[in-house]
Amino acid sequence: MSNPYIVLPIIFQLFLAILLMFCWTQKNLQKLVSTVGSLIAVAIAVIMFAQVWKSGTLVTQAGNWGAPFGITFVADTFSVLMVLLTTLSGLAVSVFSVGAVRNARVKFGYFPILHFLIMGLCGAFLAGDIFNLYVWFEIIIISSFVLITIGGEKAQLEGSIKYVTMNLLASVVFLTAIAVLYGLTGSLNMADLSLKVAEIENRGLVNVTAILFLVGFGIKSAVFPLYFWLPASYHTPPPAISAIFGGLLTKVGIYALLRVFTLIFIPDAFMITLISIMAALTILSGGIGAMIQNNIRKIFSYLIICHIGFMLAGLGMYTELAILGTVFYLVHDIIVKTNLFMVSGLIFKIKGTYSLRLLGGFYKDYPKLSLLMAIPLFSLVGIPPLSGFWAKFYLIRGGLEVDNLVLVGFIILGSFLTLFIIARFWSEAFWKTGEELPKKLKVKYYHELKPLKQKAMVVSILFLAFISLGIGLGAEYVIQVASRVAEELMNPQSYIEAVLGKL
Amino acid sequence: MKTIIFQTASNYLLPLLLLFSVFILLRGHYLPGGGFVGGLIASIAFVIHSFANGLEKTRSIIKFHPGFLMPVGLVFAIGAGAAPWFVGQPFMTGLWFEDPIPVIGMVGSALFFDTGVFLVVIGVSLTIIFTISETL
Repeated sequence: MSNPYIVLPIIFQLFLAILLMFCWTQKNLQKLVSTVGSLIAVAIAVIMFAQVWKSGTLVTQAGNWGAPFGITFVADTFSVLMVLLTTLSGLAVSVFSVGAVRNARVKFGYFPILHFLIMGLCGAFLAGDIFNLYVWFEIIIISSFVLITIGGEKAQLEGSIKYVTMNLLASVVFLTAIAVLYGLTGSLNMADLSLKVAEIENRGLVNVTAILFLVGFGIKSAVFPLYFWLPASYHTPPPAISAIFGGLLTKVGIYALLRVFTLIFIPDAFMITLISIMAALTILSGGIGAMIQNNIRKIFSYLIICHIGFMLAGLGMYTELAILGTVFYLVHDIIVKTNLFMVSGLIFKIKGTYSLRLLGGFYKDYPKLSLLMAIPLFSLVGIPPLSGFWAKFYLIRGGLEVDNLVLVGFIILGSFLTLFIIARFWSEAFWKTGEELPKKLKVKYYHELKPLKQKAMVVSILFLAFISLGIGLGAEYVIQVASRVAEELMNPQSYIEAVLGKL
Repeated sequence: MKTIIFQTASNYLLPLLLLFSVFILLRGHYLPGGGFVGGLIASIAFVIHSFANGLEKTRSIIKFHPGFLMPVGLVFAIGAGAAPWFVGQPFMTGLWFEDPIPVIGMVGSALFFDTGVFLVVIGVSLTIIFTISETL
């Protein structure tokens, strides 16, 4: 069905960014505009989700040029679900930034760039044209380059060099893959490609192109063996920025992988084996990497990799049930990872260190905050009834369905590794008797902040913790959404018909 | 570069180049030209002026910070993109006025988009060049 307003989430973020650029010098006004605007963005996303849920896939052709030639935007259930999650964690990060981002960074345009980044994310989720997907990826990485270097601390610049290099490499690979695909089919529209790629007789060439896409998206979503840039860079920027990076940027890669490998390249036995092996090794290397780290943000960075492996495993099993698990995991992971990086930021503001060895006694000093922080931490492990449990449950069921016991074994191993890491984290940072740490002059501590800023940080963590709880306790509804997404992904006929009209 | 020839020339070049940049902007829809090139030519006009007369002089004739042109230009662009929504068309559909305007010719939403690009390019390039030459 055609609906010209589905680009509104993108345009609204652009509008917000422009508005914020107009109040470049008024820091407090920027914070207000960003928070209120993010709230409205959530409302828009909710309305759009309801629309798509009710009336099925919505399509618009920007510039009013017909489907295979013009720029198509498609809002199917998966897209609007991702847009909704993006705006939710965008809202949380925007509120968190009110408290956690220094004025020096706000002065260099932190808030406009944040909204440009969210605009890019919404665009990537709504794009129905593979070249446009590339353009949105570029917008995402250019804004993230600014965010990761803003403030210009030495550690930040060091991390950003690795980040920029690997992401540019991924873009080059992605662009090359698009060029090859265009050479093969003469089309860039994803629905059109879905039909045309199926007709190509030279399957070897199609598989090579598919692997190019796998490499390009694999670097972006930090999949084994291309993940090393992530733990080297995600702990360097301020926590609000790592929160949006950790929550969303790697997941765009997973979104693109799911989209491309269900719509355009239907994987054959070889591709499925390849993806499964990559998934297993991603889980293993992420989990083991996290075990030996001491910096809490590095632990979370490695855990991102570990859990990207779970989502890739769902793609590797390639059944409707497994894709359902992947989508559920995506929903759970975006919220929880965003929250965990904010938690690490709050711990740093209170204690002045990220080192697990130095931290301690947090539960004794701040019992209520600790219980709040326990929600995302234990959701991540997947202790029932928290949100991670259901996602893993469906992934394991999907694995048993196709008798892929090795992958099931790796998922269980990954869960145990996560459990071990979080248990160690909990006992070290929260239960261990802590010593009085020497005050650092450069750190602005939590109790020195204004009460409004303190509340902003706690409220945003509380907000996402509630969503996590909601996902866990209201799993029935999330499963309904995820199963519809999985059904739509595995039967792309409705997507193609929505874009190209009845065939 | 404080030579009298360059200074005198730059005073004449500034309005000429600005006029030329607007000409390039207007012919851009069907012929080579457009907002990006026009914006670059306009910023070159100011850069030449600042080389000849010093940065402070150029600042005083622009009156406001060039960075301000970025959001203004973006407003033009987003307005041109969203305008079709009000007549129920998809985003960024080209809308045209029915009668040509004297001198300029046919005017459509594409021209407003291009004007937006024009302003953003001037804003960005002048902000970058002024900031760099300030710290030299």
